[in-house]
Amino acid sequence: MSELDRPPGATPAAPRDWTYAPAPESRDVVRIAERYGHFVGGQWLEAAETYETISPSSEEPLALVGQGTEQDVDAAVGAARSAFANGWSALPGSERAKYLFRIARILQERSRELAVLESLNGGKPIKESRDVDLPLAAAHFFYYAGWADKLEYAFANRRPRPVGVAGQIIPWNFPLLMLAWKIAPALAAGNTVVLKPSHTTPLTALLFCDVLRQAELPPGVVNIVTGYGSTGAALVKHKDVDKIAFTGSTEVGKWIQSEVAGSGKRLTLELGGKAANIVFDDCALDQAVEGIVNGIYFNQGEVCCAGSRLFVQESIYEPLIAKLKRRLATLRVGDPLDKNTDVGAINSREQLEKIASLVQSGVDEGAEIYQPPCRLPEKGFWFAPTVFTNVAQSYRIAQEEIFGPVLSVLTFRTPEEAVEKANNTPYGLSAGVWTEKGSRILWMAQRLRAGVVWANTFNRFDPTSPFGGYKESGFGREGGRHGLEGYLRFDE
Amino acid sequence: MAQAPALPTGFELPLEPRLPRIGAVDAVALEERAASLAKRSIKKDAKVFALELAIRTTDLTTLEGADTPGKVAALSSKAIRPDPSDPGIPSCAAICVYPNLVPAARERLRGTGVKVAAVATAFPSGQYPTAIKVADVRSAVELGADEIDMVIDRGAFLSGRYAKVYDEIVQVKEACGDVHLKVILETGELGTYDNVRRATLLAIAGGADFVKTSTGKINPAATLPVALCMLEAVRDVHEETGRRIGFKVAGGIRQAKQAVQHLVLVHETLGPDWLTPDLYRLGASSLLNDILMQLRKGKTGVYQSPDYFTLD
Repeated sequence: MSELDRPPGATPAAPRDWTYAPAPESRDVVRIAERYGHFVGGQWLEAAETYETISPSSEEPLALVGQGTEQDVDAAVGAARSAFANGWSALPGSERAKYLFRIARILQERSRELAVLESLNGGKPIKESRDVDLPLAAAHFFYYAGWADKLEYAFANRRPRPVGVAGQIIPWNFPLLMLAWKIAPALAAGNTVVLKPSHTTPLTALLFCDVLRQAELPPGVVNIVTGYGSTGAALVKHKDVDKIAFTGSTEVGKWIQSEVAGSGKRLTLELGGKAANIVFDDCALDQAVEGIVNGIYFNQGEVCCAGSRLFVQESIYEPLIAKLKRRLATLRVGDPLDKNTDVGAINSREQLEKIASLVQSGVDEGAEIYQPPCRLPEKGFWFAPTVFTNVAQSYRIAQEEIFGPVLSVLTFRTPEEAVEKANNTPYGLSAGVWTEKGSRILWMAQRLRAGVVWANTFNRFDPTSPFGGYKESGFGREGGRHGLEGYLRFDE
Repeated sequence: MAQAPALPTGFELPLEPRLPRIGAVDAVALEERAASLAKRSIKKDAKVFALELAIRTTDLTTLEGADTPGKVAALSSKAIRPDPSDPGIPSCAAICVYPNLVPAARERLRGTGVKVAAVATAFPSGQYPTAIKVADVRSAVELGADEIDMVIDRGAFLSGRYAKVYDEIVQVKEACGDVHLKVILETGELGTYDNVRRATLLAIAGGADFVKTSTGKINPAATLPVALCMLEAVRDVHEETGRRIGFKVAGGIRQAKQAVQHLVLVHETLGPDWLTPDLYRLGASSLLNDILMQLRKGKTGVYQSPDYFTLD
């Protein structure tokens, strides 16, 4: 092409590089107390023991949080039982709906405050907590508020009744969103709950107690006890809990299932995953690359349904990998509160070590590692976005859930081979298919053994859509009408 | 003139230079990506950089039946010194006018480095015989235009006569000689992103130096997803052939904020190499004053009345 010459001196010289100035969201919108107790029966129960919760991006201590004991759990279950028996379960559905609608609206009103706290305590980028976690959490409350007075229609001729007291244990990757996934259907169905947030990310759940106060939810309907695994174990073992809902690792899920066996407690588990993201050669290439990036680097890959195994049809392997690597170089890793950050901090030192050791195993087993040049902050827990190529099905990085920003790339030749390889895992939570051919999407979706199959998109969530796993990814569904079933008994 | 179907049915391209596969565009994902880039928060120095770059790359445009030499001369002066009270403000890249106004612009801009671009080929509809369009280009070149903004024949494109569209671009390119050719796709009339991508590749195959979104006469014009779609095609061409094709976004960009969003799109799709008037242009008219107002606000901390910025 012809060069356009500009005579020198006519106009000020252009500067070279465009570096985005820091654009941090203000921390002032949220007030964190120095010390928190447990939220039981609508009151703050002083915690006998506490531990420090930190910000994973700076290792800065944020607050002292209660380490829930068996007595704390017992008090919370007692409060939930009494609230269940004394009014909540007998309340007309339309009345329960009012509270849920209120909670949803307050979440919207206070979304900035909650989003900042979520990013501060969990390390996820503010753009994700602002644009995904908070809107979806509110949407879940809105959605289940709508079901509260329509249960008889949702399950016609089956006489739906609440189960009783639900013990709910949630993970650290989407603290407030998982809280919403658990509490909203439970309350809509007429249950009361005791919720234990993850020990690394208790703060939004504790701030949520203030949302409940604002909504004037009757005391004891929602109780929150914080702490490490032992607190969760006490909740699982408690005799007066009617149902356990757990989202977390497969290992803990298996323990819970064996513990609950024979107790008469109901159980739903949403566990690990090793999702296959399958890219055919007729896909919309640039958009598939976006989908791959969103699939594995969204929330630092700390997503149970993350697209951690990428299957690429061999005929487009090279251009796709080239595009993927270039795209990786544009990811902005850093301060979770900066509005331009794409990839934030790893949730905890423990998780960072787990990721690092699995990545090392990939290198040792012979996979080829690629990490874009990026400067990671010195303090806090960080891991650069990583892609492994030349991965074999047998490598640990292709088998085990890494729960970090690490993608393993494998190839296939035919649709049959893609299905076979994709299903060749103990997990079955989600899968993605990228093709412009509609018939192939349907063909694949029928054969993939995964609870969710996304077509030409990934990591898309909606309260109306049931979510859950096959095989070691758990059982039971959350979201949609299906999500109510775990919280209802049917007298037939 | 079109030859050798190197790509799938109906899309005829010469074998050389090699072009990427046409491929497909997923509308939902494209729009999502554009929307996420639009949320980049550009503050302080980064914002000043973007606003000044926007001025540097602006094709200050007037395309009215009522344009006169006087109006064009005034606009040309504005392009040279957008803000007379602030010598730190750079000049615009070019003035974009109808062919008849080229001499007026030329006279005022002589020796300044600001180019004169003329729209041609029966702008904006393109619904004239090829010979007339080519003659239109020749006369604009003779009148002294440095750059030609042509429109593609959307009637031919939408009826599947890609070869006609391609041949016309080739002929216009010949008529341009060394003059810089921008090819306007008028994406608002193309209907789908697949068509936008196909037309972008077709224009590049035909010899475009720049591909341009719109005439500014049709709504929707330069939306962010359309720009992203074209930028991705430009990127593919660069990766496959090494050719650097310029990109001009035009139509409906009136606010500084929109301009910054478009620049972010280029920056994160094609990289910093494209952030120059040689490879990027913003077609606009009222945008310039909004940018000046934002820059002045950055320096003084307060918004000035519009009366402090010249209307030309």
